Amino acid sequence: MQDLLYFIQQLINGLTIGSTYALIAIGYTMVYGIIGMINFAHGEIYMIGAYTALIAITGLAALGIAWLPLILIVALVCAMIVSSSMGWAVERVAYRPVRGKHRLIPLISAIGMSIFLQNYVHLAQGSRNIGFPALIEGGFRFGAEDSFQTSITYMQITIFATTLVCMTILSLFISRSRIGRACRAVSQDLGMANLLGIDTNRIISATFVIGAALAAVAGLLLGMYYGSIDPLFGFIAGLKAFTAAVLGGIGSIPGAMLGGLILGVAESMTSGYLSGEYKDVVSFGLLILILLFKPTGLLGKPEVEKI
Amino acid sequence: MLEVQNLSMRFGGLLAVDQVSLDVREHEIVAIIGPNGAGKTTVFNCMSGFYKPTGGKILFKGGEIQGKPDYKISRLGLVRTFQHVRLFSRMTVVENLLVAQHRHLNTNLLSGILNTPNYREKEQKSLDRAAYWLDRVGLTDMANREAGNLAYGQQRRLEIARCMVTEPKLLMLDEPAAGLNPAETKDLNQLIISLKEDYNVSVVLIEHDMSLVMDISDRINVINQGRPLASGTPDEIRRNDDVIKAYLGEA
Repeated sequence: MQDLLYFIQQLINGLTIGSTYALIAIGYTMVYGIIGMINFAHGEIYMIGAYTALIAITGLAALGIAWLPLILIVALVCAMIVSSSMGWAVERVAYRPVRGKHRLIPLISAIGMSIFLQNYVHLAQGSRNIGFPALIEGGFRFGAEDSFQTSITYMQITIFATTLVCMTILSLFISRSRIGRACRAVSQDLGMANLLGIDTNRIISATFVIGAALAAVAGLLLGMYYGSIDPLFGFIAGLKAFTAAVLGGIGSIPGAMLGGLILGVAESMTSGYLSGEYKDVVSFGLLILILLFKPTGLLGKPEVEKI
Repeated sequence: MLEVQNLSMRFGGLLAVDQVSLDVREHEIVAIIGPNGAGKTTVFNCMSGFYKPTGGKILFKGGEIQGKPDYKISRLGLVRTFQHVRLFSRMTVVENLLVAQHRHLNTNLLSGILNTPNYREKEQKSLDRAAYWLDRVGLTDMANREAGNLAYGQQRRLEIARCMVTEPKLLMLDEPAAGLNPAETKDLNQLIISLKEDYNVSVVLIEHDMSLVMDISDRINVINQGRPLASGTPDEIRRNDDVIKAYLGEA
């Protein structure tokens, strides 16, 4: 019984982290799906989302506002707006001018953008950890008083619920809306979409904006969950989310969701049963294995040219 | 409507197209024929903005279009298909037709999210147009299939339907009958004629299937080794000695 409770605890922790990985991974996978580049500055967009949320929360506290739902909504909206604008600007400034050039050029441009944003936040906000108020506290406990108890915190429930809502909206948007339809068309054949009169530049911008908005949501959630942020906050999370995207099949949106969850669970199981030190080894080990044996990922489809 | 004047296209040392001229009038089907490698598709690529020609002029409705980017040309109403099928193969048949009307819908993101009456009305209109063209090319039953799973002949017809929902003035078809069986070719034959008769679209096509070309073309241009060889009505072309030589080789 105790073993089962312990297992369930790891599963809950894993799914919590995993769903935020999935939120960030969407940004990688959509951008890759549409213009075939890895946006290495995406982790920084997520970090900036977390900082913006923190600034908004601090500002509201200074104004003496204490009503939690209002604080959360304002923080979320601010983070989404700032991150989306950043995502849009990064594409406009660093990627669009080099689009269509050799594949390495946008990649290097992305790495440059990532370093720039990281250092910008270093300068503007200082390089030390800043505490992030928990805001949502408490939770449920299961199991006997005197032995191991499985707990699920309200924060974790918030993370699940928010992720679920975001993913549902995204899926509906992609499958039903006019812009979602155009996104799919552009990702399949950019040249043809252009010929048919779709403004492909706008669609590409939209992809960056959507990915950045979801990353901002993850930034707020993980900031609260971990309790502190620093300018390097986006780097590892970005790499993890990238791994999740590759694991699920880069370019595939359901793949990013699945990859995030699998990666989160794998990590928490490693920390729970082996050692926390090994969790990065396992996640990047998974990345290597998937690249070796199934380079298209779990849900990615190999491109077959019909002749 | 369309006038190509002394078009030349040079790739390094190779003069792929040399002083080709042709014109397409309103309400007309014009064919471009010639042996393999004659430069037909290169002419097409110049006309549709895929290549920037190295010499000559292309006038569409009186305006020069040579060297303009392809999407600008297509927005003027000059749409093309390619030798190989280029559908959005992982989207459904009807989605292929809806996405082609993206520009015509001209709505913004907000009205989509709020699902305003105006947005719904425009969506409904494009859906109606898609349904009309699906019926027209006989693919209504396939509307919700993935385009990539259709038979080859159906994919070809869907491509033409996708061009037509954009309401073009001039349709350029690059080997539309390639890979079709005789029955399918006959259907295509009728479809192209009806585009001209019923929808007032001019058509330029490249085709190797001579029966198709002779049946439907109002005029034919023959190109050989990048140079114009002959032009005229199907009857004139059929009797032209130069054309016969080029196709059969000199005895």
